[in-house]
Amino acid sequence: MMSAYLDFIRMRFLMMLAYRVNYYSGIIIYAINIGAYYFLWKAIYGSQETLAGFSIDQMTTYLAISWMARAFYFNNLDRDIANEIRDGSVAIQMIRPYNYLIVKLMQGFGEGLFRFLLFMIPGLAIVCFIFPVDLPTDPVVWLTYLAMLVFSFLINSQLNIMTGLFAFFVENNEGLMRMKRVMVDLFSGVIIPIAFFPGWLSSVMNWLPFQAITYLPSSIFTGRTPLAEAGSVFIIQLTWLVVLLIPIVVMWRAARQRLFVQGG
Amino acid sequence: MLAIDVKDLRKQFKVQKNRAGLSGAFKDLFKREYTHVTAVNDITFQIPQGEICGYIGENGAGKSTTIKMLTGILVPTSGELNVNGYVPHRDREKFVKGIGVVFGQRSQLWWDIGVIESFQLLRKVYDVPLNDFNRRLDQLVERLHLGELLNRPVRKLSLGQRMRCELVASLLHNPAIVFLDEPTIGLDIVVKTEIRDFLLEMNRQEGTTILLTTHDLQDIEALCSRVIMLDDGSIIYDGGLEELKTTWSKGREIQFQFGEAMSISRLQQLTSTMNVAWTRENEFTATLFVPHEVNFSEAMGLVVGGAQIRDIKIFETNTDDIVRGIYQTGSAEVKDSEDNTQAEHVQEKETVLS
Repeated sequence: MMSAYLDFIRMRFLMMLAYRVNYYSGIIIYAINIGAYYFLWKAIYGSQETLAGFSIDQMTTYLAISWMARAFYFNNLDRDIANEIRDGSVAIQMIRPYNYLIVKLMQGFGEGLFRFLLFMIPGLAIVCFIFPVDLPTDPVVWLTYLAMLVFSFLINSQLNIMTGLFAFFVENNEGLMRMKRVMVDLFSGVIIPIAFFPGWLSSVMNWLPFQAITYLPSSIFTGRTPLAEAGSVFIIQLTWLVVLLIPIVVMWRAARQRLFVQGG
Repeated sequence: MLAIDVKDLRKQFKVQKNRAGLSGAFKDLFKREYTHVTAVNDITFQIPQGEICGYIGENGAGKSTTIKMLTGILVPTSGELNVNGYVPHRDREKFVKGIGVVFGQRSQLWWDIGVIESFQLLRKVYDVPLNDFNRRLDQLVERLHLGELLNRPVRKLSLGQRMRCELVASLLHNPAIVFLDEPTIGLDIVVKTEIRDFLLEMNRQEGTTILLTTHDLQDIEALCSRVIMLDDGSIIYDGGLEELKTTWSKGREIQFQFGEAMSISRLQQLTSTMNVAWTRENEFTATLFVPHEVNFSEAMGLVVGGAQIRDIKIFETNTDDIVRGIYQTGSAEVKDSEDNTQAEHVQEKETVLS
């Protein structure tokens, strides 16, 4: 059975590889995004040394690594699941002796692996070449960051799976999917680091899973959060990973009860 | 032993009511109204191992809903269900290892990869040992003539080719029960026949239980010893196909070609002592309808003795007509309401013949 799950990773990876040309343009788009925010922040900083504890160099690194992390953890599991529910092909998944959600997660891994190797790494290399990005020199920081990135991927995938499963309960969850995408980008700190949020909002963010996706790992990577505090970041990520399992399991159970296969 | 045991099975769906007009849409926004639709209404049946059973009914009668409950996809609203020793929705992952399912309208193969890769993935999903898998695959490939298709991607197959691959995909793990939901839909007669022959052979050799839904009654005639007919969520007939035919066919039609021109009144005169009906097709040809309760040889004798005959053809009522008749009246309860249905027969005949 395990080998079947691994096969889903392999298959999705190969499928993504077949469409790799699409992602070359993705690298350019991400580079443009990073560039736009780089110049924007430069203008905001003006002559100031630091803002909200970020120096301009840290900010540049934060931007580059956050966007490139997004290039890795982003996936369309929500849309995949919602489509399969809406067109009824989820029925086919139910006649197989495997767990549908694990299969979806495996496909997400396949996509993630592709995005990591052929999108994030070359993208980061290009971005470092264009902008003054300060990469950490301590290999421990790199390893810690990579481990955190795995959690980022998992938490983001959990949010995607939840959003996708909503298709069981509402006729059309398109709006929800868009809202989720904007919320993840904004609240995870890809667009603006959470330190820049007004006080009340950043304290709300402490109680939401989004910061664990980008903000906390990127802060470690840029050195804004010292490595000594990595442990507490891991604890936050792990806690969210476990907590988010609950709504997924509840939704999946409820969905099984009311599964309504479209098209009879 | 029973392969499928169903008792008082029921499935209700909650369906959103969309109220009409702008004000209706506005009301829907705040307070949704739902109606309960009973797709399957307390059905009970048993299928012993090794039987091929046809499951028929009009569109929307609840066939697919039943199949989906039997395969563990849907959770029933109430009732008892035991398939292959399992309660399907409860032990879904264990249960589905022992069944095979083909949905004629949906593909279970992976669209982008080659057929053989799909099969190999299924081998891993179902935990089939490599030796068994290879033996089984060779057999199936040979019997369904898939040889050269195996390396093509699924999206490049024709419907007939794809359907044969779907069959193989559902049988690789050697299931004890196979559910086929409209397996021959949209296929040409050659592929249909091939699939029917294959299913029949599999049933004979391996004792596979097959439950088949279809709109093509030829499938039923070719394969099934038993039919369950569903209407509006309830079983209206459960029994042999032959029985269905004999209880429901109203009689036989005999077409005569005469050596001389015959008028309708002369024909009626010939059989005036019997409760039969004539329809005249042209000067030389006429059809005699003989209900089952009338002695067939006697009726023949009267006509043959009274007129010069060139040719005779006898038509049995075919299953299509019978089933159409049942769908239209919405009942097949022959045993309970013999008199009523008989009366209906006569009435219907009159309308047909008048």
